[in-house]
Amino acid sequence: MSSDLPAPLAEIRDDFLALGQRDRLQLLLEFSNELPGLPERYSEHPDLLERVEECQSPVYIFVEVEDGVVRMHATAPAEAPTTRGFASILAQGLTGLTPEQVLDVPADYPHTLGLTEAVSPLRIRGMTAMLGRIKRQVREKTAA
Amino acid sequence: MAVEVDQSAQFSDYAHPERLVSTEWLESKLGAEGLVVVESDEDVLLYETGHIPGAVKIDWHTDLNDPVTRDYVDGEGFAALLGGKGISRDDTVVIYGDKNNWWAAYALWVFTLFGHEDVRLLDGGRDKWLAEGRPTTTEPTERPAVDYPVVERDDSRIRAFRDDVLAALGSAPLIDVRSPEEYSGERTTAPAYPEEGALRAGHIPSAQNVPWGKAAAEDGTFKPLSELNAIYRDGAGLADGDNVIAYCRIGERSSHTWFVLTHLLGFEGVRNYDGSWTEWGSAVRVPIARGTEPGEVPAR
Repeated sequence: MSSDLPAPLAEIRDDFLALGQRDRLQLLLEFSNELPGLPERYSEHPDLLERVEECQSPVYIFVEVEDGVVRMHATAPAEAPTTRGFASILAQGLTGLTPEQVLDVPADYPHTLGLTEAVSPLRIRGMTAMLGRIKRQVREKTAA
Repeated sequence: MAVEVDQSAQFSDYAHPERLVSTEWLESKLGAEGLVVVESDEDVLLYETGHIPGAVKIDWHTDLNDPVTRDYVDGEGFAALLGGKGISRDDTVVIYGDKNNWWAAYALWVFTLFGHEDVRLLDGGRDKWLAEGRPTTTEPTERPAVDYPVVERDDSRIRAFRDDVLAALGSAPLIDVRSPEEYSGERTTAPAYPEEGALRAGHIPSAQNVPWGKAAAEDGTFKPLSELNAIYRDGAGLADGDNVIAYCRIGERSSHTWFVLTHLLGFEGVRNYDGSWTEWGSAVRVPIARGTEPGEVPAR
């Protein structure tokens, strides 16, 4: 139901699809460079971070739900720009949404970005897994 | 036109020292006629964050694999790829990459399938180049396209298929280069790596477990010959004349071991079973052993 996709995610998808294959990689690199550092309260508490085991590189995520708004943080090393790019897309696309909106994001959203050819389906799987873990954290944090 | 070989003393003990170049050598040769530097990484974007000046990028997945069949590109595809990157058939190609040249060795092995003669690895790979503060750039490399001949891939010498492995069971030594956890059957993927779809866990009976990374020193360079002999000859029991088959999960880590066995230790006839565990672990009725011991080859 892509018509119901939250605006930030739809915009990111449309930006990718508007580009040729090579430029899509460049845009992913821009996202990668834009991934913000962790807020201090998490950099001092690595125990709060969850490792995304499905990604080839060490990437850790943390999801906050406060006043009905989701915020996603992630950290991944500079040597893993693709993984950083995936995390950055999700952080920008999901932060600010309601928990319900996040849970409604189609599980195949990563496959709709037109990156399968430039990045390979195998690598896209890491992003799909990241989205799954984010949703699980949102579920856990709204159940209480 | 081939570029002279790196005569560095640290390579002289290896069987084929001409297959390695040092970071010093490469920096001094950048821009030389007949030399093309290729970066091949696990991360498809790493090259874009900064690469050796003049290096072109070849991605193991999007460039070297056929997008439909589980196979490598064919002769025409390879010719289009290399010609498009400005690589001539007689150029000296030096490949480097991340993770101890894991994917660089894979690319080198695929180049070898097509008989590209002069292809070498940068000892220590990308990490050593960066650690030494050598120059990098984010400028995309533009090399004029050239005609690369269409050469059919030769899968008969350095590549093994499932039936070859079945036929070799009990006679040719197998080296399983995956992690101990994958070998014993605790898991089907490398620790911290994504699931790639094998249905069963364990190893091919009789295979010795020598994780690929054992061939690399702390700084990512290859270990000296004496240490490699201790690992592969004394440890895994390989002897001259063995027709070794190496495998891993999809054939990339075992390319690294193929390079070590072939070019550093001088074994002849080493083959890489690139179907590896993702094929064997899902194939019907092939024998599988579990646990830390190689296990017996079942009677046929």
